[in-house]
Amino acid sequence: MPIGLVTRLAWRNLWRRPRRTIIMVVAIALGIWSMIALGAVVRGMLEGQIDKEIFNLTGHIQIHAPGFTDDPVVDNSMPAASPALGAVLDQAAVAWAERVRVPAVVASERESTGVSLLGIDPTQERGLSFIGDGVHQGRELTSITDRGIVVGRKLLERLETDLGKRVVVMSQDRANEVADRGFRIVGVFHAEMEAVEEGFAFVGRSVAQDLLKMHDQISEIGVLAHDRDDLDELLTTLGTRAPELDVQSWRELKPLLVLTNKIVDVMLYIWFVVVFMAMSFGLVNTLLMAVYERTREIGLLQALGMRPTLILGQVSMETLFLLLVGAVFGNLCVWATLLWFADGIDVSRFAQGVQMFNMSPIMQPLATLQDIVAANLIVLGLGLIASLYPAWRASRYVPVEAITRT
Amino acid sequence: MDDTVVCRALTKVYQEDSVAVHALRGIDLVVPRHDFLCLSGPSGSGKSTLLNLIGGLDSPSAGEVRVDGLKLAEMNRSELAQLRLHRLGFVFQSYNLIPVLSAIENVEFVLQLQGMSFTQRRRKARAILAEVDLQGLEHRRPGELSGGQQQRVAVARAIVSEPSLVLADEPTANLDSVTAENLMALLRHMNEEHGVTFIFSTHDKLVMDYSRRLIKLHDGEIAADERRT
Repeated sequence: MPIGLVTRLAWRNLWRRPRRTIIMVVAIALGIWSMIALGAVVRGMLEGQIDKEIFNLTGHIQIHAPGFTDDPVVDNSMPAASPALGAVLDQAAVAWAERVRVPAVVASERESTGVSLLGIDPTQERGLSFIGDGVHQGRELTSITDRGIVVGRKLLERLETDLGKRVVVMSQDRANEVADRGFRIVGVFHAEMEAVEEGFAFVGRSVAQDLLKMHDQISEIGVLAHDRDDLDELLTTLGTRAPELDVQSWRELKPLLVLTNKIVDVMLYIWFVVVFMAMSFGLVNTLLMAVYERTREIGLLQALGMRPTLILGQVSMETLFLLLVGAVFGNLCVWATLLWFADGIDVSRFAQGVQMFNMSPIMQPLATLQDIVAANLIVLGLGLIASLYPAWRASRYVPVEAITRT
Repeated sequence: MDDTVVCRALTKVYQEDSVAVHALRGIDLVVPRHDFLCLSGPSGSGKSTLLNLIGGLDSPSAGEVRVDGLKLAEMNRSELAQLRLHRLGFVFQSYNLIPVLSAIENVEFVLQLQGMSFTQRRRKARAILAEVDLQGLEHRRPGELSGGQQQRVAVARAIVSEPSLVLADEPTANLDSVTAENLMALLRHMNEEHGVTFIFSTHDKLVMDYSRRLIKLHDGEIAADERRT
């Protein structure tokens, strides 16, 4: 097959009507841009949600006593990590922390409200959860025996109290008695979500264990691994080392988020196909016009001995060039867009919506290789398939009818 | 096989708005190798139709055509294309050249389809363009050439692959008398030196004068078939 000849003819034919070709290239580029760039915004939004959820005390993996996930009370506690389990976590995890987590009531002199009371080791939480990043007012907890309490800004408002004042924390202890104790508010943290600021209160882990008569028992172990999408091996190892405990990944702990991710996947590909369909009408129409205009020329090519398959190949090659040029420009536009929004898109003006969807006010677009490849393959693959009809028509002309057409 | 073309009871009927138009009515024609034959006759007499059928560009309603002993009716579209590529050359009255290719690329077109290397085909194309007096214009696109120059490029392309048969439909129609005379002299030279068989369809007396055999068609039938010296 004389590829050189077919390629030369296809490329030059493409530029016989530059305006038409440019319009089509722009349409293809716009299609690819909209597929990838808008996909990146949706992906970025979702990734932000996942990252935020992981940083909001979920981690990549959690280890609990059986039953804790369904009923997170003091009765469903477990012993601290065994040396064997600790060794695995030290080796395989980026960070891990033992926590006490129980429902509790916090009361000031004016108001009271329900919260999740977390007994933490502040040093273990660094890099693992938002509380490890410090506080905005006052001081952070310094050790597991720190007798202060750290609350969120919103909780502070709700309790109508202030930094330095005392609050009472009440919960159920291991003996099923009401356990209560006064704490001085030593620090106030800020979070992007008000629900987090209002829903959590942090004390030293040892202090919480004393309050709840848990001795050395804990509620959970939170783990941050190297890659949230590559947890299988670690999950298996942890499951083997602690067969009596529930070892769960963030996917099991946050099924709604996983479902959202899957729905987004499907929606994106539907979006890709819809954009392509709109684009393909223009593409097929352009090619049909190009073929129709060149009927006599195609007849001449046939008369000179060009086989029908070569004519089909030439029209398809023309389409391929059109698609490739469009794809190059489309991908360049995507690159420029992502560069433009490299610091993220500020969506804080939609604060309420942002909170509702657990999103960060700065959304970071994320174009995955998978989406880029899929969008380009859909455009190139389906584009070539769409071009087969005009190409086939061109190859089926009866030479004498084509040559004599006026 | 001494005959380049053999037509037996060749008939072509076009259907136009439920009216049957008989373009050819049972033509019997034998064209020996090296012939320099001219088909003449009034418009609608069937000259172009006969050329198209011989060239495999159209299929007959009845009868058969053999080119170099090959029955065209038994060939599919691809095989007909191969036949045209390797054994036939065409010169049409107008719209002869591929607009996006330069003169030399147009001439090379057939050689490239045949799979000839770049160096070989470029050398042949240059030589043939020089023969039709188009040196220096090799890289001009058809739109940058005059009608006569375009026709000479088409002739160069038709003969560059040294086909056994060249079919030329009104080859001098758009040419001035001097260019037409030169062109016919060139074609006659190709016929005599390289043994290429030529079949022309024309109204032009000059072409008739150059031909060695003149066939007059009338209403789709051969009215006269005369040898000339």
